[in-house]
Amino acid sequence: MTGTLTAGFGEPVLDAQRCFRAVLDAMSRPGRVQRLAGLSPPLAPPAPLGAAAAAVLLTLSDADTPVWLDAGAAAEAWLRFHAGAPIVAAPAEAAFLLASGPPPALRDLAQGTDEEPHRSATLILEVAALEEGDGWRLTGPGIEHAHWLRVTGLPEGFAAAWQGNRARFPCGIDLLLCAGDRLAALPRTTALEIG
Amino acid sequence: MTAPIRSAQGGAPAGVEHRNRGPAGQISGYNVGYLDENTKRMIRRALLKAVAIPGHQVPFGSREMPLPYGWGTGGIQVTAAVIGPGDTLKVIDQGADDTTNAVSIRRFFAKVAGVATTERTAAASIIQTRHRIPETPLREGQVLVYQVPMPEPLFRLEPRVAETKRMHALADYSLMHVKLYEDIARHGHIATSYNYPVMVGGRYLMSPSPIPSFDNPKMHRMPALQLFGAGREKRIYAVPPYTDVRSLDFEDHPFEPIRADAACALCGSRESYLDEVVTDDAGGRMFVCSDTDYCTTRQAGREAAE
Repeated sequence: MTGTLTAGFGEPVLDAQRCFRAVLDAMSRPGRVQRLAGLSPPLAPPAPLGAAAAAVLLTLSDADTPVWLDAGAAAEAWLRFHAGAPIVAAPAEAAFLLASGPPPALRDLAQGTDEEPHRSATLILEVAALEEGDGWRLTGPGIEHAHWLRVTGLPEGFAAAWQGNRARFPCGIDLLLCAGDRLAALPRTTALEIG
Repeated sequence: MTAPIRSAQGGAPAGVEHRNRGPAGQISGYNVGYLDENTKRMIRRALLKAVAIPGHQVPFGSREMPLPYGWGTGGIQVTAAVIGPGDTLKVIDQGADDTTNAVSIRRFFAKVAGVATTERTAAASIIQTRHRIPETPLREGQVLVYQVPMPEPLFRLEPRVAETKRMHALADYSLMHVKLYEDIARHGHIATSYNYPVMVGGRYLMSPSPIPSFDNPKMHRMPALQLFGAGREKRIYAVPPYTDVRSLDFEDHPFEPIRADAACALCGSRESYLDEVVTDDAGGRMFVCSDTDYCTTRQAGREAAE
């Protein structure tokens, strides 16, 4: 850590709105890749925090949302300053989790309850690349017929873990995949077939 | 480091800067979209969970708005959390763009968010609605925001919230089926012409807000995103695009949308939903389209053709 802190959103209100719409679009059209373009100036969060993942955290997290992240002390300090979010050590306590390395097991995160399935975690996963039109075949709410999404850099056994997550519906976690300034979402309703 | 560091979430210093900018017509002294950033984040988190669990009611910390409950405070808060400078807003009240409620809400967002407004369904990116779905089919990328007075479909059958929560958890909707059955036993048909309960994604029973049952089929696999806000009851729920929305019915009594058997007196439509207008005190009445944009577009088309 150098002791200096890079800036957050240049236009807090407008940038947060733009990012939220990208996340909302991603969540309501699973597998469609959104780009967080047009931020002024572009976010430069401390490595290994990517631009999209950092923007999502700034948009959604605050003092009310415990955050778990594995991106190191500089990223924690950055998030604590800009979002004011409490950083927790136990993945099960977090509302938002950011994994730049291997993520914690999906079943160990907050799943919500049958009566309150919305009290579940959102996992933000940094991956190497996101491409539409190839790879997984996605179906479910938000998808007219099928969307195709290729995700590079996921941990071993992710597809099986996701299957388990989907089986817990209406409980379960929601996933945001981020690569640089690109972003796609898999809500808990999305079914995934390996194409 | 030369760039000034600002805390993104505090709001105060950055907010002040914002207040004096914005397009002409936008008033100063309020944050963009009226709500403060903390409230918007809370609503945005609720919206994302609502989209992830189609039809499930997510509680949120509904704020006091500059208009009373029942005038669309839930819908306004949802719209305020979603809307941005690139959006074009349309607001309808029972299908009409020119009623007090619709005009006030449109003006409100023109003032506090500086957004463009329209009365054309096709030109809008966000449509806030009270009790109707526009006749013009919505397309991908549009957002339909419903103002919801009572989000709980089981409310008239079971007033205890703790009980209805458990019923949703267990997907136990037998009460509603019994209610529909009793309708058939008494009246020979399901006597529900508006607020007709629907199943979303085959899992959650949902109140479609009091839209006429005529509009229910439009919710099924709609390409647009549907968001629901109930301000007084403090609930948000959603239906993502292309999601199954089925009106409850029985095999031998299938769901039938209700429509007045008449043609619109202004545009002649036999497909649109009609309002009955009493014209005198001698029993005179006429039927006109409830959707004013649809009706005026058709009238203009007929005039052009003549």
